[in-house]
Amino acid sequence: MERSEAELIAAVLKGDATSFEPLVAKYSPRVFATARRYARRESEVEDICQEVWLKAFDKLKTFRGEAPFEHWLMRMAVRTCYDFLRGHQRNRISSFSEISEPEEDWLERYVAEPGSVSEDADAAKLLIDRVLEKLSPEARLVIQLLEIEDRSVKEIAKITGWSVPLVKVRAFRARGEMRKILKRMTQNKYL
Amino acid sequence: MNLTELHKTLIAAARQQAADERVPYAFEKRITALIAARAGADHWMFWARGLWRAAASCVVLVVIFGAVSLFQPVASDSSSDLSQDFENTLLASADLPDNSSMP
Repeated sequence: MERSEAELIAAVLKGDATSFEPLVAKYSPRVFATARRYARRESEVEDICQEVWLKAFDKLKTFRGEAPFEHWLMRMAVRTCYDFLRGHQRNRISSFSEISEPEEDWLERYVAEPGSVSEDADAAKLLIDRVLEKLSPEARLVIQLLEIEDRSVKEIAKITGWSVPLVKVRAFRARGEMRKILKRMTQNKYL
Repeated sequence: MNLTELHKTLIAAARQQAADERVPYAFEKRITALIAARAGADHWMFWARGLWRAAASCVVLVVIFGAVSLFQPVASDSSSDLSQDFENTLLASADLPDNSSMP
């Protein structure tokens, strides 16, 4: 018979590490999807996910069962991704010279006639990935959670451990940072 | 150029990206193996950490007692000399006059 999540957690806490395996199997797809939003290379994604699960195992005794396990785990995943971004800050590239041809075409068409381009285009997706990579870790996290995942300020405060006013301040700064990057990108190429 | 519109368009593009939930083959097995390997290492780590802590507390005690003995004022009164007291106590029986030989 399949054991419930609470039973599995209780067994792990009693010292049965193998009971952790079904939890890893069940929630890894979500953890991987989250990690892929912050890291591009697959080796980095795997490292992040591995760290998330090892942290989850070590800190399992702090899980009180008031909220679903998934929420607790995803909070840990986002925080680990944020730590990863902070650790790889120096890898952010400062020039836009490496924009690919389709991205350049998309941007050119957007500048010429904003209504004519599709936001669904692969080039637009590549371009936003490139812009996000250039943001500071705080800005990237806020833009990802607030604008792309459409989470509330309160939710973000809970996930990140920041206060609500701090999230608002960081969101304001993040939008400014993104606008600056977009301005530089369009100026470099087309003005 | 309207940067706000470009911002909105690019965010909309990011929203349309489907979540990539692929998991490498047997990832959960790898995590379980890592946890098991760490448990073995943790056993040695427990002892190593304990011994280092014990060594650190010993050093602290040595420093404290050293400082106490160094800065303690030397008593001019010989009765408070610990070594002398110890010797007197140890040899007390030998120092006592032998009463058995008395009539």
